[in-house]
Amino acid sequence: MAGASTTFHEPIELLKPETMDRHRAIVSLMEELEAVDWYDQRIDAAKDAELRAILEHNRDEEKEHAVMMLEWLRRHDAKLDEQLRDYLFTGKGILEREEELEHAGAQGGGGGAGDGSLGIGSLREARR
Amino acid sequence: MNHLLRELAPLAPGAWAAIEDEARRTLKLMLAARKLVDFNGPLGWEASSIPLGRVEPVGNAPAQGAEARLRQVQPLVELRVPFELERSEIEAAARGAKDPDLEPVRRAAAAAALGEDRAVFHGYGAARIHGLMEAAAGARLTLSDNYEQYPDVVADALNRLRTHGVGGPYAIALGPRCYTGLTKTTKGGYPVIEHVRRLLDGPIVWAPAIDGAAVLSQRGGDFELTVGEDFAIGYLEHSATKVRLFVQESFTFQVHAPEAAVPLAYAKSA
Repeated sequence: MAGASTTFHEPIELLKPETMDRHRAIVSLMEELEAVDWYDQRIDAAKDAELRAILEHNRDEEKEHAVMMLEWLRRHDAKLDEQLRDYLFTGKGILEREEELEHAGAQGGGGGAGDGSLGIGSLREARR
Repeated sequence: MNHLLRELAPLAPGAWAAIEDEARRTLKLMLAARKLVDFNGPLGWEASSIPLGRVEPVGNAPAQGAEARLRQVQPLVELRVPFELERSEIEAAARGAKDPDLEPVRRAAAAAALGEDRAVFHGYGAARIHGLMEAAAGARLTLSDNYEQYPDVVADALNRLRTHGVGGPYAIALGPRCYTGLTKTTKGGYPVIEHVRRLLDGPIVWAPAIDGAAVLSQRGGDFELTVGEDFAIGYLEHSATKVRLFVQESFTFQVHAPEAAVPLAYAKSA
């Protein structure tokens, strides 16, 4: 909390509680992914096979943590949820998918989400 | 094109945006349960049911010596509210008019919001939804029109929750009669709704679909709204002068811990 609070970019009294919680989650996600990157490099550099195995194990646990944080963010950010639904697990080329979505938008759904959703989701305030 | 058939509607992107903004505003104002209960989803239009983790024995197993059990599920209900707009008004919106007549959108969105909330709070037997107020009916406390006594009833409700081991934060959903009564009444020059607010550490939510009110825990895990397709707007048909659209969602609701809510009901409706 203390570490995350130092990275608020606006006066805390101006921030909504849900914005602060999302900030905390985003910072945590950044930290987890940064750790994965560090582990990747250490694994490349490590000479001892057992050490490499431990580092690989630990790195993959960071991936689990990152995804848990991403899922929390998805549940608290309707637009992020929309983007993840649009792009994840489609099996298509990513740029091809973007073109497909833009085409669908131009054909009639351009006023809102590509799938027509109003993106209401949960309206619960972040817990203090 | 997906099942909403939006591409068939004679609507420019600007018109879609105006309609969706109006619907979104109304839904966010009117929806109460989503401000109070756990939210699961959206699982998508294809989602048909949620597992209950229970089974029932089935006779006539297809092999001798085998036992068959049928998995129990709770189906999602589709809620659709059609509405009709004048194409001239939609065209005005697309041209940037600030005052297009979108009253049908507001009415449809309000009906959809009330539909979801009535099912959540008061139940919807045909859709196999047991409402929060029904599930917790055994703990019901009685209200009167003497709103000066309202904080006492809320305090009793909180005491009941704590006595049953249900922790906070605690919130209250106020039906229109309660909300109006509380905001109009003062005690010692202080609005009674502020007395109520001081008893709670969770939100006070205006809940137009509720008769009476409900005090409920916000600790999580007690009440769960599952949404398949979240509120969306789709297309039905159009003529030279009108276009028919609809607001739609699919959802269901479960009460996992009825002891985490205390309904407050007026004496006459009790």
